[in-house]
Amino acid sequence: MVPLSYYLVLSGILFACGVTGFLIKRNIITIFMSIELMLNGVNLSFVAFAAQWHALSGQVFVFFVMVVAAAESAVGLAIIIAVYRTRETLNVDRINLLKL
Amino acid sequence: MLHLIVFSVFGLVCVAGAVNLLVQRHPIDSALSLVVVMGSLAVEYLLLGAEFVAAVQVIVYAGAIMVLFVFVIMLLNAGTEDRTKGSRVAMLFGIPGMLIGSVLVAWVLLEHSGTGRVAVGALPGPPKVIGWLLFHDFLLPFEVTSVLVLIAIMGAVVLASHPESVERGPTQQPKREG
Repeated sequence: MVPLSYYLVLSGILFACGVTGFLIKRNIITIFMSIELMLNGVNLSFVAFAAQWHALSGQVFVFFVMVVAAAESAVGLAIIIAVYRTRETLNVDRINLLKL
Repeated sequence: MLHLIVFSVFGLVCVAGAVNLLVQRHPIDSALSLVVVMGSLAVEYLLLGAEFVAAVQVIVYAGAIMVLFVFVIMLLNAGTEDRTKGSRVAMLFGIPGMLIGSVLVAWVLLEHSGTGRVAVGALPGPPKVIGWLLFHDFLLPFEVTSVLVLIAIMGAVVLASHPESVERGPTQQPKREG
């Protein structure tokens, strides 16, 4: 028997790591990976709460979160490719103009 | 007891992977440590009894999404990221802020979250039951999801294609004589 709070603490740590990566990373692909890390942390707390309350809909919601994450990463990586084609850099500090 | 040991081992692997993602400076190293995080999270799901979620985690996240990431990193030939003034400022405030935030969250959760405990396989989520839920209770969201994925595919194709080839399109084809 593991206390539910341990799972929630793990999920919180993962989310905090994701937020930190979002803040300190300068490579746009790594920033995108940090977002995926945050989504994973949230998924873990979904599954832990589903086990706590004996509600399977929590696991179904995790499925939906994964589908949205897959769609998001497909579109996001396509945007990254388009940005790289016009700017030829992946550093977010150098991508500071809306129009070339 | 064994449950706690397995949970702690894979939890530590998970956190180590997440921290390694932040420390590494080459995106491909970050991507591989993200795969480690997702794999150990799948084990945590299995411990909770969520078999379907664990399988989908490995197939979709560690498989499909990470392949997409690694593919883009290699396609764009992404190199080591360079530190700038903005990134140093972000590090100066971001890392202490993250530490304070996680310690606060951990303290609140450990001290004030009651005595809820989770057993091994507390809530079995076999694919059959999840599928029944998806096609009965969550039928409308499920169908909307398929539309979402379709739009995402079209958006990705349009965004990632060469602008010239979109403009030229079919007009570039050789004209028929006569």
